[in-house]
Amino acid sequence: MAFHFPKPTPEQSTTTADAGLADSHHHERPRGLMRWVLTTSHKEIGSLYLIFSLTMFFIGGIFALVVRAELFQPGLQLVEPEFFNQMTTMHGLIMVFGAVMPAFVGLANWMVPLQIGAPDMALPRLNNFSFWLLPVAFTLLLSTLFMPGGAPNFGWTFYAPLSTTYAPPSTTFFILSLHLAGISSILGAINIIATILNLRAPGMRMMDMPLFVWTWLITAFLLIAVMPVLAGVITMMLMDINFGTSFFSAAGGGDPVLFQHLFWFFGHPEVYILILPAFGIVSAIIPTFARKRLFGYASMVYATASIAILSFLVWAHHMFVVGLPLVAELFFMYATMLIAVPTGVKVFNWITTLFRGSITFEPPMLFALAFVVLFTIGGFSGLMLAIAPADFQYHDTYFVVAHFHYVLVPGAVFAIMAAVYYWLPKWTGHYPHERLSQVHFWLSVIGVNLTFFPMHFSGLAGMPRRIPDYALQFADFNMVSSLGALLYGASQLVFVLVIVMCVRGGKKAPAKAWEGAEDLEWSVPSPAPLHTFETPPNFERPVH
Amino acid sequence: MRTLLVRVAAGLTLALISPLVLANGWNMPIGVTALSREIHSLHMTIFWICVAIGVVVFGVMFYSLFRYRRSKGAEAANFHEHTGVEVLWTAVPLLILVAMAVPATATLKNMYDVSDAEIDVMVTGQQWRWRYEYLGEDIAFTSNMSTPREQISGEAEKTENYLLEVDEPLVLPVDTKVRLLLTADDVIHSWWVPELAVKQDAIPGFVNENWVRIEEPGIYRGQCTELCGMDHGFMPVVVEALEKDEYEAWLAERKEAAEQEAMGVDREWELAELMERGEQVYGSICASCHQADGSGSPPAFPALAGNTDMLDDVEWHIDTIINGVSGSAMPAFRSTLNPVEIAAVATYERNAWGNDAGDTVQPSEIVELLEE
Amino acid sequence: MTQPNRDDHGAKKGVRRTVVRTVAALAGMFAFAFALVPLYDVFCEVTGINGKTNSSAQAVIHEEVDESRMITVQFITRGSSGLPWELDVESRQVRVHPGQTNEVNFTFHNRSDNSSWGRAVPSVSPSNASLHLRKVTCFCFEEQHLQPGERIEAPLVFQLTRDLPPEIKTVTLVYTLYPVAHKNEPLQAQVTIGKGDEA
Repeated sequence: MAFHFPKPTPEQSTTTADAGLADSHHHERPRGLMRWVLTTSHKEIGSLYLIFSLTMFFIGGIFALVVRAELFQPGLQLVEPEFFNQMTTMHGLIMVFGAVMPAFVGLANWMVPLQIGAPDMALPRLNNFSFWLLPVAFTLLLSTLFMPGGAPNFGWTFYAPLSTTYAPPSTTFFILSLHLAGISSILGAINIIATILNLRAPGMRMMDMPLFVWTWLITAFLLIAVMPVLAGVITMMLMDINFGTSFFSAAGGGDPVLFQHLFWFFGHPEVYILILPAFGIVSAIIPTFARKRLFGYASMVYATASIAILSFLVWAHHMFVVGLPLVAELFFMYATMLIAVPTGVKVFNWITTLFRGSITFEPPMLFALAFVVLFTIGGFSGLMLAIAPADFQYHDTYFVVAHFHYVLVPGAVFAIMAAVYYWLPKWTGHYPHERLSQVHFWLSVIGVNLTFFPMHFSGLAGMPRRIPDYALQFADFNMVSSLGALLYGASQLVFVLVIVMCVRGGKKAPAKAWEGAEDLEWSVPSPAPLHTFETPPNFERPVH
Repeated sequence: MRTLLVRVAAGLTLALISPLVLANGWNMPIGVTALSREIHSLHMTIFWICVAIGVVVFGVMFYSLFRYRRSKGAEAANFHEHTGVEVLWTAVPLLILVAMAVPATATLKNMYDVSDAEIDVMVTGQQWRWRYEYLGEDIAFTSNMSTPREQISGEAEKTENYLLEVDEPLVLPVDTKVRLLLTADDVIHSWWVPELAVKQDAIPGFVNENWVRIEEPGIYRGQCTELCGMDHGFMPVVVEALEKDEYEAWLAERKEAAEQEAMGVDREWELAELMERGEQVYGSICASCHQADGSGSPPAFPALAGNTDMLDDVEWHIDTIINGVSGSAMPAFRSTLNPVEIAAVATYERNAWGNDAGDTVQPSEIVELLEE
Repeated sequence: MTQPNRDDHGAKKGVRRTVVRTVAALAGMFAFAFALVPLYDVFCEVTGINGKTNSSAQAVIHEEVDESRMITVQFITRGSSGLPWELDVESRQVRVHPGQTNEVNFTFHNRSDNSSWGRAVPSVSPSNASLHLRKVTCFCFEEQHLQPGERIEAPLVFQLTRDLPPEIKTVTLVYTLYPVAHKNEPLQAQVTIGKGDEA
């Protein structure tokens, strides 16, 4: 998010020893725009990812506000149902693939090398390529809004045959853009794995890595495992649409339910891809501001790994009402309930870290604490959804919408904001404006809860999701949600203001910007110079 | 300070929870089937478990946040592991989950038991309406949303059941196990009525099963819950549950309507086809009393062969069939037979077993008589 | 420079090894996604989970007829837009004993003035009954070609095996007619894109 202004120091410009790994560092650097287009610096690419993600966050947010505006009161006022469906679809796709995932990749780019004492990512040029695929992919996706027949209108889950036989012509472009975004994620994942496995500072064992690195390593493995499945599914769609195959059409001997199995085999690990790095961020921030080591480091690692493994065994809990046989329902119900155990362990560990700490409430800490509370609420509704018989009542209602927005907005998005506030001093050399950050925090917390809490009620009372108009008994809940969404959306402008101000100036931050911070990134100056750890750092294991 | 905070927290918790428990329209409906009540109680159980865990977890968290503030001089302790505690908070949730899984499993098994249904209804989702076929009854109709477009666009005032009303609801009897077979013609739809706790996807090319046994007469409203294209939001499900006898009457009425439609009451029928149809109806309805050869069993059941009262007065004859004879065993067939059947059976009786009235009774005449 | 230099050569080798392995895993997962399609079919056939029936003829199992119970077999025939055919069955419901071989006649009728290709796609409910339903002869195994106005009779010969679970008392067989799109010229507009008649 922050522009990085390189200030080469004398030592760096004379370092030549390890040119092999990041060979482009020492050429004459292009200036102006080309500097950003061709950059191979993990810090600059990280900033590009974060800026891209913030842009997408606003575009996806505007789509959400269109949806909320239409739902402000019963009746159709602003948009046609057809366009409403395009808005819900684009909102979902852009937030998942364009905002949250690139934000985490951006954070990984910036922080993984700094946290493990590596000079850069293992594959810097590939890193540049995987970033630049994203603007192409999402320009293509957004351009479908202007195509005849409109943008994709079948929801971000694009169930066949609505997304194949009955889809608008732009679907082929949607598939192409998703392929590009998928390749970008895959390349990013390869790079992160290669970096973490091979470029750790001498002496740093796997079990010494900060949790953000651990969670990202596991996330990257999930990406490697499931993004090809997504690619496979959308390739099958492409073939069904354009080449007369019938993978998902009963007419030709296919099965629309197969689509859902394949999609959720990708989709469920995908939702953990969206949350595991958030766990890592919170696990870094809470100990820093509690001034106490993270409780249960090892169990955090094992819990993350168990969640990742279990995520492959629970996909059909998204399909409890498609007519699965009883044994399958039972299996997926039990497996899903089981996920509550490692997730619970994480929450307990964070809270025990707070217990008998010495706590202060800087902006990153505020967001991390809100994350713990609100993500847990999302976890509770997730546990309720896991109960298959009850899910017959919850499925595809606003209760589900409330659930996944609780884990993704005050969950993943708050964690990203916490990370930005936490690491902004490292990126820019300045502290973010404290008062404005607090304003941003409180407005966001109020906005998020006003938006999503009433959805629990409207869902339980019987409001299906993805409808442009609703029965009169849901009117009050929807009005509150829409007002909350407006507040939440508007308060993000404060976020942008804080970031811009922080890039331009502010209170100077020392290398160790937060008193309780322990990881390696705090050993380099703030702002982090363009080249760091060209000589491996001296890694000291915390004393047990 | 702390007591104030505790009070505020307690107040907020209550404010959040009480509507859930008390107010209708904030929570899952209890519904009108044994299953819907079971599901509701599962829902409330897991909800209270979550509340309890939440109180403990957030209690400890907020306690720590207030108690161990650095501004109050808190010094950080130095512990970061405790095997016992970690085992405990892995094991306890596991036990809670097992406790929860047991009733959930039982309910789920119940939901999957579609055997011994008395009525089968095929439900077909179409963009954007539902079609209902009563299997074995030759009754089928589509059910479209009946909310006028003017209400949606705001040109007319929205009425009570805005978006949740249809032209023809699915009519079902109470206390009867009904099996629903669901499929779709185009894309995936999902049939949901919250108060019946039935939600099942309707998938093109495949059939799904579910069942319902409604315990209270009433009108129950729901919607399509799977995004199915443009008018996904305008595809309500309405189920009208009737007492069994009312349902039978409704069924008879529907059947009659169906047959009437099928047979074409408006056209002129030939003597021969009326005789043929009439013989069938006579055989299944009349012959048990009046005998197959029209000889009857006098005095209770008069003979029809050679019955001059009947042959001389066609109006009286038809009136007797339609309205019965009060104080006798002769019932009114007004609602059990349709006009074609009445016309045919009357024609048959006038021209069989040596009777030679030679006239025909046309279904259109019956329709006129019935409409009077 | 008190620290030892990073072993760059080793790191580079390690990176290369990691990349090779992850790319192999990627290729494997992509192939796996496609392999899931036939695997799913096999899985469904073995477990009967989606109510698809066998797509080729099976032999009758010669077993003693279980006269102790009667199973109601319902037949539902459905048309679909895009194929102007009718599919009828001689009786909508038959009562059979497990083990017994039964024959039911279906009639295909092309009501249009064009010849066309179509097929009837079967689905069984409850889905686990499909494991115990053996189709000896079925029109659903192949695509049909009907001349304008042509009417053909096609038999379904089936057997419900004795091991049909006791809780299953009714088996519903649904046949949905679908056009065989690639054989029908010109391609029939079997879909309406986005726009409905109710808009």
